[in-house]
Amino acid sequence: MEGSSSEEGEDVNWTFYRDREEWADLKPVPQDDGPHPVVAIAYSEKFRDVFDYFRGVLKVHELSERALDLTRDAVELNPGNYTVWQYRRQILKHLDKDLKEEMAFVAEMISAFPKNYQVWHHRQVLVSWLNDASDELQLTAKMLALDAKNYHAWQHRQWAIRTFNLFQNELEFIEKLLNDDIRNNSAWNQRYFVINQTTEFAPEVIEKEIAYVLSKIKIATKNESSWNYLRGIVLHSESGLRKPSVIDFCDELYNSGNRSACLLSYLVDAALEQAEYGVVKENSLLSIDKALELCDNLANEFDVCRRGYWNYISGCLRVHMN
Amino acid sequence: MENQQGDSVGCSEVINSDFQLEFMDEEGVPTNTSCEQIKVESLIEKLFYVFLKKAEIDPEAPVLHRDLHLAYLKHSLCYLPHNFACLDASRAWLCYWITHSMELLDFKLPAEDKSHVAQFLAKCQCPDGGFGGGPGQYGHLAPTYAAVNALCTLGTEEAYKVIDRRKLLQFLWSLRKSNGSFELHVGGEIDVRGVYCAVSVARLTNIYSDALFDNSAEWIISCQTYEGGFSGSPGHEAHGGYAFCALAALCLLSKENLCDIKSLLRWTVNRQMRLEGGFQGRTNKLVDGCYSFWQAGAMPMIQGILSKNDESSVMTEIDSWLFNSRALQEYILIYCQSPNGGLIDKPGKTKDLYHTCYTLSGLSIAQNQPSKTTGSIVGSPRNLLKAVHPTFNIELEKLKSASLYFSQLPSDLL
Ligand SMILES: [Zn+2]
Repeated sequence: MEGSSSEEGEDVNWTFYRDREEWADLKPVPQDDGPHPVVAIAYSEKFRDVFDYFRGVLKVHELSERALDLTRDAVELNPGNYTVWQYRRQILKHLDKDLKEEMAFVAEMISAFPKNYQVWHHRQVLVSWLNDASDELQLTAKMLALDAKNYHAWQHRQWAIRTFNLFQNELEFIEKLLNDDIRNNSAWNQRYFVINQTTEFAPEVIEKEIAYVLSKIKIATKNESSWNYLRGIVLHSESGLRKPSVIDFCDELYNSGNRSACLLSYLVDAALEQAEYGVVKENSLLSIDKALELCDNLANEFDVCRRGYWNYISGCLRVHMN
Repeated sequence: MENQQGDSVGCSEVINSDFQLEFMDEEGVPTNTSCEQIKVESLIEKLFYVFLKKAEIDPEAPVLHRDLHLAYLKHSLCYLPHNFACLDASRAWLCYWITHSMELLDFKLPAEDKSHVAQFLAKCQCPDGGFGGGPGQYGHLAPTYAAVNALCTLGTEEAYKVIDRRKLLQFLWSLRKSNGSFELHVGGEIDVRGVYCAVSVARLTNIYSDALFDNSAEWIISCQTYEGGFSGSPGHEAHGGYAFCALAALCLLSKENLCDIKSLLRWTVNRQMRLEGGFQGRTNKLVDGCYSFWQAGAMPMIQGILSKNDESSVMTEIDSWLFNSRALQEYILIYCQSPNGGLIDKPGKTKDLYHTCYTLSGLSIAQNQPSKTTGSIVGSPRNLLKAVHPTFNIELEKLKSASLYFSQLPSDLL
């Protein structure tokens, strides 16, 4: 189990709250599981003690320094306890605490539990309160260096960028990640996010992005991330998937003998689009007959796992034959 | 129709003929993604040959180890070791994962145990409405969803009566944002899980109103990404868990027509791994057993939407899932069963209750095709699990009974 720090026998120097003089005035509240507990966890003595006192504090709604310290012990034992985090924020507000210290604490917690919802949310609330996101790009870059696809880190980064207008160097950052791993789908998604939020999809942006992604597809023609990005971009152009420069690229790739399932699938969808919306540029690669042949190739050779799907798409194509 | 061939080819049949064909092709560009993928594929390949040996002696292989899984579930229902402390704020979830898994395995929980689970969940209910992760914790939409689903799965009047519907409704209103999204708890994060959990419990317990979900569908639609899937909130990456929540919520809001269904279909079928047979959560990530439900479970909803809008009846004539149901069953049965009971994410991982619940839920989806043709169940016919309703992930009969019970109660409580 990730995040367990309650090994029995650990913490020789630990003093139970029940043995602390400064806590003698507070009545601990045991957990009320009722007469017939189910999914009963064999808590360590330390865990039980800390949470008995946390419940005690919660009951009398004590918003104090010692309660703040107690919540720290509690979230370290279980960082997933959203009640403790929420209560901790109440105390921080009430005591008007210096949040810099709290920022350091939550950064530590993020490093220790990078896939935990609560630690990242806590960070976001603190940054909002401080109205200062100057450390967020660095923090998320550090976490993404450890796991380039950490969903929480990307969420936090996007939130900070959007809220505090930190778009300036983001494309460079993404470029670096894509150079490290061209298959990093999170980085591709971030690229789309940045374009969408900054230049949007003006014709010259579309051209630039298409050129960029085609150069990446050339490097790895079976990389679904870049193909998906291409689809995302061309949908903003008037000719959609049938954009002539893209079809020419596909044509060339296909004629060179490439049979990437992503390529064939793109051509099938472009043909379907052509059948539905009419012709942009007459191209035999986009005829229904050719698309049916490609579906067949996909179903029987290049994407056998998805045979049922390709048969369905064949059916959709056939509707347009009459 | 040419696509009426009954079953599609299972990946193992492919593997059998030519394993190499389905391996990741790095195209001379090794990256972290491809290296991780190849590691998993090699492990799968090794285990596949082990399985072939087993299958030579046992014609019914692969077999679902019902008794082992049940033993694990029964034991977990009463006792969890101290390292479960990190799930202390997810005990309502533990109740759902266990009771739902038992239900799928057709295990009849004794009346006394049902009563104990219901009583415990009552202790998790908050004075301000909704349920917390455990007794004394703040109300949170995720454990609220889990508790309501568990109580409906128990299916007793005692269980239904635990839910304080008036307070639940107040709780839902307290989390609603003006743009139609929901925060998970007061002061908590906002993502598409929130609106799904909210509309799911509202529909189940018959406290739904249009006003409570005003703008929600539009907000969900803003989470559909250029890839076709949905992200947790606008701008982020398409992800199986969030895509399920988004689609199921749209269906529950009767606004499924707002989404781009063809691109969602394409994204979803492409999340199935060509060699492993299981699903990944995002493009270029690794296979994971829990997406057996989050991704495959979306397919009945997607196909339902496509048949409804189908003028040409291409979809209406299809009576099987558009993902590879045999390959998914093989992934779960051959690679995701822990030898001592319980199911796992992928080979090399340890079992847990979350993955046990969602691999079994996905297995149930894969087995229970629209029309039950012979050969739709991989391995022994005794592998067949009870069917689930994909939108709620509650067993069908249990859902029917709960819906009937709550439909007789008034819906305008405020
Ligand atoms: Zn998983």
